[in-house]
Amino acid sequence: MTANLALGLAEYAEGVRSGDVSAEEQMAATLERIARHDGVLHAYVSLDPGALGEAARVDRDARAGRDVGPLAGAPLAVKDNICVSRGPTTCCSRMLESYRSPYDATAVSRLRGAGAIVVGKTNMDEFAMGITTEFSSFGPSRNPWDTDRVPGGSSGGSAVAVSALECAAALGSDTGGSVRNPASFCSIVGLKPTYGRVSRHGLVSYANSIEQIGPMARSVRDAAMMMDAMAGHDPMDDTTRRAGPAGGHTAHLRDGVEGLVVGVDAREVDRSTCVGRAARRAAGALESLGASVVDVDLAHEGLSVAAYYVLTAAEAGSNLARYDNIRYGYDMPPDGYEHGAYVTAARSRLGPEVQRRMILGGFVPSAGHAGRYYLKALRARDVLASEADSAFSSRGLACMLSPTVPVPPFRVGEKIDDPVELFRMDSNTVLANLTGRPAVSVPFTLCDGLPVGMQLVGRAGEDARLLGVAAALEGAADDMGVPAL
Amino acid sequence: MSAKIGLEIHCQLTTLNSKLFCACRADYRGMAPNTNVCATCMGLPGTLPRLNGEAVRRAAAIALSLGCEVPGTLRFFRKNYFYPDLPKNYQITQLDLYGPSSVGHGGSVAVGDRTVSIERVQLEEDPGRIVYGGEGGSAGDTLVDYNRAGTPLVEIVTGPDMRGAREVREFLGILHDMLENLGVSDTSLEGAMRADANVSIEGGNRVEIKNVTSFHDIGRAVEYEIARQAGNVEHGLETVQETRQWDERRRTTVGARSKEADQDYRYLIEHDIPPVGVSGAVAQIRASLPESIASRRRRYAAEDGMQAQVADVLSSEPHFARLYDAARTGENSRELANIITTDLMGLLETREARDCSRWSGPARRSPRRSTRWACGPSMTPARSRAPSRRSWPPTQRPSPTRAPRRRPSTTSWAWS
Repeated sequence: MTANLALGLAEYAEGVRSGDVSAEEQMAATLERIARHDGVLHAYVSLDPGALGEAARVDRDARAGRDVGPLAGAPLAVKDNICVSRGPTTCCSRMLESYRSPYDATAVSRLRGAGAIVVGKTNMDEFAMGITTEFSSFGPSRNPWDTDRVPGGSSGGSAVAVSALECAAALGSDTGGSVRNPASFCSIVGLKPTYGRVSRHGLVSYANSIEQIGPMARSVRDAAMMMDAMAGHDPMDDTTRRAGPAGGHTAHLRDGVEGLVVGVDAREVDRSTCVGRAARRAAGALESLGASVVDVDLAHEGLSVAAYYVLTAAEAGSNLARYDNIRYGYDMPPDGYEHGAYVTAARSRLGPEVQRRMILGGFVPSAGHAGRYYLKALRARDVLASEADSAFSSRGLACMLSPTVPVPPFRVGEKIDDPVELFRMDSNTVLANLTGRPAVSVPFTLCDGLPVGMQLVGRAGEDARLLGVAAALEGAADDMGVPAL
Repeated sequence: MSAKIGLEIHCQLTTLNSKLFCACRADYRGMAPNTNVCATCMGLPGTLPRLNGEAVRRAAAIALSLGCEVPGTLRFFRKNYFYPDLPKNYQITQLDLYGPSSVGHGGSVAVGDRTVSIERVQLEEDPGRIVYGGEGGSAGDTLVDYNRAGTPLVEIVTGPDMRGAREVREFLGILHDMLENLGVSDTSLEGAMRADANVSIEGGNRVEIKNVTSFHDIGRAVEYEIARQAGNVEHGLETVQETRQWDERRRTTVGARSKEADQDYRYLIEHDIPPVGVSGAVAQIRASLPESIASRRRRYAAEDGMQAQVADVLSSEPHFARLYDAARTGENSRELANIITTDLMGLLETREARDCSRWSGPARRSPRRSTRWACGPSMTPARSRAPSRRSWPPTQRPSPTRAPRRRPSTTSWAWS
């Protein structure tokens, strides 16, 4: 048997069950590939030394005729802000460099329960704040399609690992596009589920009112299979109480788009750019499959990025307040500090983007300023949600289409010193987070050899139907092949 | 010189089995430091609060008993401040800033001829406990015990409606009896009931007195503070608006650093706890509330022709009242009441070393009850108070082996 690292999750599990695929060999080949390429790509920040042994156990179980699960033996990469009970969970921050979580995140334990094996933890922007992975305290990841370029972020390491065949599938987290942006830049599928669909138990909070754990995979079907394993109500997360039962995410993959209405914002299909032309072509492809495409204009969408940054900063300021160097952190004796000075000193080794957002987060909800910032952003979120609701219901939309990111992957170092320019990269993705809707990025084409993905934003709670549209778009996409490494 | 006094009372729901957001025990007392903790109440990365529905029910029962309105939807907020006893550096609490969403508002309690308004009742988590210098470590150490972190706490905020220490004591006595009658809190436990008082005189600035942990001291603190402010007026000095700590040993209030007084808590919505719809449950809670002390007193006077003083004593002791109600027939009520209030209570009283330093009971009009306050905190320290007549159902005592507490069926409320 030779290992085939490009296997889909269904083929993987079927092969392991029938004995045609050896999980141990696959895992060994995966680890070998990581050893060969990850020095440059830097997808992983830690590897689980037990992975190979677990793969061997899966083979033994399969030979003994035991149920090895729908994801049997699949090497899974996990973003480093998602807790695992073995090995570090650092959020790629010096503050948690030595932190070990005592428990598995629910998403991780459910995927493990379905047979997946955690290979290791992947690189990310510190505490998920960033869209290039350059804000990792442990150095940037590189885009497998062009190693001079960023892989996107903040789940950049997971996207790189999936794209470069350093795992079968991965978990990311999406606060404002952090699954979809790197999925687009690395030409893979990334889903931000409906808020409350996947348990956040074990996801280290950054902006807890809008973020979700999401699957990152090489096909829509693989992403759907991961959702089947990990979505659904979790008693450890009260916000999943309406999630309903797990499963059903592969049910609509063959439904097609006949008769569906897809909304497109005219501003996003600007013929003057390669990405805009690609979006127009994607809309045309869905039309030729039987969907009707209509223009949609959300009057207040321009507020979304500003509202997003105010809300995420406020929530980050609160969620990250616990990292005060008392229970976590580095060696810093507290003696001789006045209270406030201590807190400042304790945070001084957080990276620039985290410090920026925590300072902003202390300001926007503070007395005298909350009315102009935090409360206004909450109102903007309500306005956007009702505007999107009425657009979807009045036009009968199944989903809205746009490029995931307005530009193809840019160079490492190109935008890192311009935070506002980086914020603009989120303009298409944050709406789904602010409104709780599911959104998926599907690889569509290459612009000058660089990946460009299309985003579909669906109806809240209808993740499975959104994946159906995504599968149709996937079928109509260009054949990009795999990155040459 | 007339004073205006408002109270903020924090009361632990000590009779619950588990903490407000996790499965750790609500009764943390007597445990080795940091053994009653889990990932959630330690605020470890990735953990989320899971709201204890029974805590909401009991907090609502308190609110209803104080005549409050319970809104249809309850919400939680984060109060952000740095303190080592706060694992997440924010406290999950409630707030009415964006419309009433705390567990109760707009109630009132009759204290003699006066009506004390209840502005707000809210449910929140208790922080851990800081141990300064020595206890369990070397003299210079400051240690934190998180066993208490996450214990369900009900905050009751009154209007500035009391006029002197006597009314404060009387109000707290009524509140204490009410909580005991509901079976939601064993207020005799150390730290189970704490109070802050806001005191001002004749339109002067308001002074907040924090950190009073004994029933006895709150009256003293208020008395001291009124005298201090009156002294200021006499000497033509302005009373500074500030927070003062009660110094238990010196029996004075001491100015705290002004910084602590004007904290900006940067309140945020707690999105990890979705809004809690309770409109359907409130009627059920109201219907299953135990009979109030006032109604019992009226019943004993009206139906059994009990003397006012006897009715007063018997009605405010829920366990004795239950004993009485169970044994009474048409003929024996007078004799039965006498046996219970004179012989039985008297017997227990002489056999029991009473704890005078805790919130174990208020001074009362009844001469019998007032004797228990004559001993003062310097006398017998708290014994292991089992079996104490204060502790009979509905609040069970912790047995020496500290078996897990169960909620007694007599006061369990139906909830759907």
